[in-house]
Amino acid sequence: MRVSVETDKCCGAGQCVLVAPEVFDQRDEDGVVIVLDEAPPAEVHASVTEAAQLCPAAAIALS
Amino acid sequence: MTQTSAAAPAWTTRRATGCPFDPPPARSGLLGREPISRVTLWNGGTAWLVARHADQVALLRDERVSADNRRPSYPSLSAASEATRAHNRAFITMDEPEHNEQRRKFTGDFTIKRMEALRPRIQEIIDELLDAMEESGPPADLVTSFALPLPSLVICELLGVPYEDHAFFQRASAYLVDTRSTVEDALTASTELVEYLGDLVERKVSAPGDDLLSRLATGYLATGLSTREECANEARLLLVAGHETTANMIALGTCALLQHPEQLAAVRDGDPRLVAGAVEELLRYLTITHMGRRRVALADIEIGGTTIRAGDAVICAGDLANRDPEVFEDPDELRVDRQARRHLAFGSGPHQCLGQNLARVELQLAYPALLRRFPGLRLDRPLTEIPFRTDMAVYGVHELPVTW
Ligand code: HEM
Ligand code: SF4
Repeated sequence: MRVSVETDKCCGAGQCVLVAPEVFDQRDEDGVVIVLDEAPPAEVHASVTEAAQLCPAAAIALS
Repeated sequence: MTQTSAAAPAWTTRRATGCPFDPPPARSGLLGREPISRVTLWNGGTAWLVARHADQVALLRDERVSADNRRPSYPSLSAASEATRAHNRAFITMDEPEHNEQRRKFTGDFTIKRMEALRPRIQEIIDELLDAMEESGPPADLVTSFALPLPSLVICELLGVPYEDHAFFQRASAYLVDTRSTVEDALTASTELVEYLGDLVERKVSAPGDDLLSRLATGYLATGLSTREECANEARLLLVAGHETTANMIALGTCALLQHPEQLAAVRDGDPRLVAGAVEELLRYLTITHMGRRRVALADIEIGGTTIRAGDAVICAGDLANRDPEVFEDPDELRVDRQARRHLAFGSGPHQCLGQNLARVELQLAYPALLRRFPGLRLDRPLTEIPFRTDMAVYGVHELPVTW
């Protein structure tokens, strides 16, 4: 699994950080998403998939 | 202009007697029957009422759908909210790219990290309020003694608004969220609030503190990046959204738990993980933002086999999405241990609630603290005599008489 984000779209709602804190964080200054692990291990795939689904701005892409 | 149609039923928030937690019967049948239908609004205009969860998420994320309430066919809530829309000109009614440019002035103040750091202070406020309630009762009105002061105190500290002025701004916001307010009362309340907050932000330019409005004052007003009017409108949005909503979740959520003793016991005795899930479930089950997300289509959009035409008004009924059986099993049951995270109580799309993680922390601390302090908590009046906020922009209870 590869994780990429469109930071322009991100509205800083933090849903991804709530669901998959191992993989996502937010920039302190404006809350925009940061990907901590672009190729996360299998045990977090389910939560990363949920994060992508919950992201209100549809800013998270998985491939 | 808005079209009229004699056939479309009127938009209503009237609930069935004895079912204060369920969506109005006029709407609840639509999910299975007519996922997209027409409703008539207070001013005679019509709007598309969108029922299904999936359709609402698609529309709210769609850039061809506008939240700008200055558009002629915008489905405003009431005469009062239409009259005060100039003061509503903050990012909640802006479209991209302007919306996110403005929203990002504040997103840094609401990150998960920052909200988590507030936990000890919020717990302290909760404990003080519960001490006072215990000393002066029983009985008590849960709204005035706990549900309203908690989020008001928290948002005041965060924004840097003096809490001493709470009688003034709580009264003013009450006019703004009441769909029955006269245009005159709503305009007065809105203007007073915006003047008050404009003055406050201006004072913070020369005497800044460690708070959000001071950062707005020094970073945007003092530098000319924002005008006084923009700052005041943004401050108004944050102040009103920051206390009305959470206050109603605390009171209505408690009221709902009192009707479901097993669920209440689970929250009272649950670990933080269960409580966090219970908060999502209460947000889903109650959907206090019961007026729906209001939008205007900017292009022809095909959804669920229906074409919404450019210029048509759209209402995404979050209360129905949150009872959609395609997403939630046995949706009409309150089950605090279910996975409810996909609820739309905070909306979806780029406007999804900016303060959601503040609200989460407040609610996660408030319910268990209240229920643990007063294990014998119960309503001091039959449920049928509780005044529910049917006509308010945010649903809940006007008062909640309790004893213990
Ligand atoms: C349980 C409590 C809350 C609920 C149910 C709630 C619900 C919502 C909903 C449904 C929206 C979307 C509006 C739309 O799409 O048209 C929204 C937006 C917003 N909320 Fe909340 N809210 C809550 C608490 C808060 C708090 C504590 C704040 C603190 C400041 C806040 C600030 C905002 C702001 C600023 C917006 C506009 C966001 C934007 O347009 O980008 N809310 N809220
Ligand atoms: S959930 Fe989406 S919008 Fe929210 S912070 Fe993460 S990437 Fe950004």
